[in-house]
Amino acid sequence: MNSTRYTAVAIGLHWLMALLLVGLFSVGLYMHDLPLSPWKLKVFSWHKWAGVTAFLLVLARMVWRATHRPPPLPAAMPAWQRLAAHAGHAVLYLLMVAIPLSGWLMSSAKGFQTVYFGVLPIPDLLAKNKELGDLLLEVHEALNWTLAAVVAGHALAALQHHFFEHDDVLTRMLPRHARKETP
Amino acid sequence: MIRTVALLIALAAALPVQAAEFNAVDPAHSSVGFVYKQMGVPVDGRFKKFSVQLAFDPAKPAAARAAIDIELASVDTGSPEGDDEVAGKQWFNTKAFPTARFVSTAVKALGGNRYEVTGQLTIKGRTREVTAPFSFAAQGSGAAFDGGFVLKRADFAIGEGVWADFGTVANEIQIKFHVLAMAGK
Repeated sequence: MNSTRYTAVAIGLHWLMALLLVGLFSVGLYMHDLPLSPWKLKVFSWHKWAGVTAFLLVLARMVWRATHRPPPLPAAMPAWQRLAAHAGHAVLYLLMVAIPLSGWLMSSAKGFQTVYFGVLPIPDLLAKNKELGDLLLEVHEALNWTLAAVVAGHALAALQHHFFEHDDVLTRMLPRHARKETP
Repeated sequence: MIRTVALLIALAAALPVQAAEFNAVDPAHSSVGFVYKQMGVPVDGRFKKFSVQLAFDPAKPAAARAAIDIELASVDTGSPEGDDEVAGKQWFNTKAFPTARFVSTAVKALGGNRYEVTGQLTIKGRTREVTAPFSFAAQGSGAAFDGGFVLKRADFAIGEGVWADFGTVANEIQIKFHVLAMAGK
């Protein structure tokens, strides 16, 4: 029965976001101390465009999540684990919204507007301000390390469910063909 | 009808047509700025040090003259790393070519408060003719001149080597100037 699985859209969005977030995080780490060059300008732009895309995707995902009830957690799960799972997911959503926002605000404060794909200017909410730009850079960085930690916990919890609890918490988020059908 | 014409003539005569030549530039209230695009993102820049020589009488625009010298190392590209970069050989090469110079060759009236200056612009050892429309506006005892033109950086070899491609930094640079000048003695 499908009621124990996430919808195909939820699964698609989850893994697309996972891919984007890992990519964005890695590129962010790589690019921040690059010397000025055309390559640096390109990588920064790509990072910003991907960040805007991730932001739009997370909004779409939140709409989907609000209108499609996720499958219930296994009945055997203790209350504290349920609470941890819900809190963890809430923090993940919060960070997925806050991180692109902090990046956008940082860009504005540093005096470089974000122009989506080089054609669609996204308004600057903040005027250029060096101190604020430096502060927002630190905020962006701190939020990202927090996300990395929470994502690690999220992945470890899913693996724990799969290999130790032997439940379907991991497999119900896997694409159908990657899942071993059980009767 | 005749009355109206007479009134207009009287009004025109009453306007301050006294030969006011604006030639004392107020550097603190003048600016030379630019807008460049990198990856489609417009970024504002300016030069902190420059000097302007000007002689402009709105009654005799054809006799007007202007010269601007810009200290290229005083550039503000919007970020410190950008400032360091453009001082280098591939951009302005400020060690070999510390200043950019514009000298007017002709000024003509375009009608209303609009004028156009043509002149020789020299940057990095290359001289090109440029034409910039500008507006003239009386401001108290002085006058404000606002204008600009599009400079193609490749014409002056600004941004060579890896920067020569316009894919990251566009060829077209919008130059904007604002000059406040007082009527001279």
